[in-house]
Amino acid sequence: MGVAAGQCMVIGIGNPERGDDRAGRAVVERLRASPPAGVELRGIAGEAADLVELLEEAHGAYLIDACLSGAKPGTVRRLDLVAKPLDRRDFAASTHGFGLAEAVELARALGQLPAPCVLYAIEGADFAAGAPMSAAVAAAVGEVAERLRAEIEGRG
Amino acid sequence: MAVKTIKVDYLARVEGEGAFTVEVRNGQVRRAELRIFEPPRFFEAFLRGRAYSEAPDITARICGICPVAYQMSAVHAMEAAFGVTVDGPLRALRRLLYCGEWIESHVLHIYMLHAPDFLGYQGAVDMARDHGDVVRRGLRLKKAGNQIMELLGGREIHPINVRVRGFYRTPRKRELLALTDELNWARDAALETLRWVSGFDFPDRARDYEFVALRHADEYPFNEGRIVSSRGLDIPAAEYERHFEEIHVAHSTALHSRKVAGGSYLVGPLARYNLNFDLLSPLARQAAQEAGLGSKVTNPYRSIQVRAVEVIQACDEALRLIGEYEEPERPFVPVEPRAALGCAATEAPRGMIYHRYRIEADGTIAEAKIVPPTSQNQPSIEQDLKEYVGGWLDLPDAELRHRCEQTIRNYDPCISCSVHFLRLDIDRG
Repeated sequence: MGVAAGQCMVIGIGNPERGDDRAGRAVVERLRASPPAGVELRGIAGEAADLVELLEEAHGAYLIDACLSGAKPGTVRRLDLVAKPLDRRDFAASTHGFGLAEAVELARALGQLPAPCVLYAIEGADFAAGAPMSAAVAAAVGEVAERLRAEIEGRG
Repeated sequence: MAVKTIKVDYLARVEGEGAFTVEVRNGQVRRAELRIFEPPRFFEAFLRGRAYSEAPDITARICGICPVAYQMSAVHAMEAAFGVTVDGPLRALRRLLYCGEWIESHVLHIYMLHAPDFLGYQGAVDMARDHGDVVRRGLRLKKAGNQIMELLGGREIHPINVRVRGFYRTPRKRELLALTDELNWARDAALETLRWVSGFDFPDRARDYEFVALRHADEYPFNEGRIVSSRGLDIPAAEYERHFEEIHVAHSTALHSRKVAGGSYLVGPLARYNLNFDLLSPLARQAAQEAGLGSKVTNPYRSIQVRAVEVIQACDEALRLIGEYEEPERPFVPVEPRAALGCAATEAPRGMIYHRYRIEADGTIAEAKIVPPTSQNQPSIEQDLKEYVGGWLDLPDAELRHRCEQTIRNYDPCISCSVHFLRLDIDRG
């Protein structure tokens, strides 16, 4: 599970079987066809301890997750996590009240938050078990994959 | 008239959504309500009309933190209906899966959710700034549990490798042995965890609880045993509904459980420990004694210590099971479905779960009943609030509210499961 030193990670977060929650994983799948150089692609369910561990290993991390903030479905937000903590209310779906926001803040408190650490948040609409991704979110997945590729390669 | 209401509209560090209200009149707690307002999830209705073989995968979805106990209770109930017994290495693997779930769930609750209450932090993030090494230990220990779940369950959450009669795939001995080094570390870390939490300051509170847990002839209970209580109850799972009933209360979307004869009861680590202390592994028992715990613990604030004892137990048991494991010839045993009724109770980390299924001759589920641990503990949580909060009424509101939250977290409540999160109202008038 180790990551090569200096490796940048793209981490798609979500449950692939719950509608729009799979958006983060779908972005990773999209990038997998032709991955940006020097980047490791990961898909995780959102378990906080796993994410803290990945953040400790990574030399730069790009996270993609679905969120529920009340914005229009498919809305994409780019958040610089090094600069500003996440609003927990937008990313509350987790096991035992311990999810993405807590994992990121825990990594920061432990001095393990990599730089850069960026979150692409895709506003979801339907998180029902077994539901397909909604059209607006599926469109946003393509957009985020291209923006991420441009950002990572531009960083080169 | 001195009147006060303590009101928390959104209780943090528990699973699910809920709130609580404590109403105080003239220095007396009049009313304490845990209000659960998550919409019911109708799992029991979803199961009707599905094949018996689908139940493990469906019930695993009830909870992201204790899926094993849900799916295994379903599996055991089906097997009881079909008259099949699964033993040998397959039974050992089932126990190993519980070890993984207990380690993962208990460690999350001890380190991330409950310890901050005792050390005066808002949460694990604040605690991590001052106790980085402790939090790192907790994260690694939790991961040791995840690794067992991943290997046996096929993935880290909502395991998919469990079926009625056994597994879809059983692991090779070498796959299990690969976990040994980390589990040896985990067992030492669990001993350190118990020493760490034993240094906390515990409120001096106790009630005369009726503890209810499984009891097996020769093992600390996971997935098998008779239902016993500290007041002499000793019944098979099939008689559960003759002694325990669910009722609707207006302030909760989760059903409340109570004894048919009346009265609340308590399931979970304290109940298991008090009814099965003699069945702990020698290492876990000795560690408990060194931590100053006797064979009976009635102070619910010490449940964090008992969880730590159970983490030691789970690590120790996992190492034993792995050491003795012999690869089975087949991953499951054959069985023919039949029209029958089957019941089972198993021990989720936060307490006993009861399942009952009525199965048609072709294996279709005609009826399902699932009683989660938090439903059973809700009346006891409310009674704790009512009886314990009275001694703290002189505290400022913020501290009083914190004491109430800590009291609820003693139970590691899983509200999402019981409805099948939390807010506090303290009404001082």
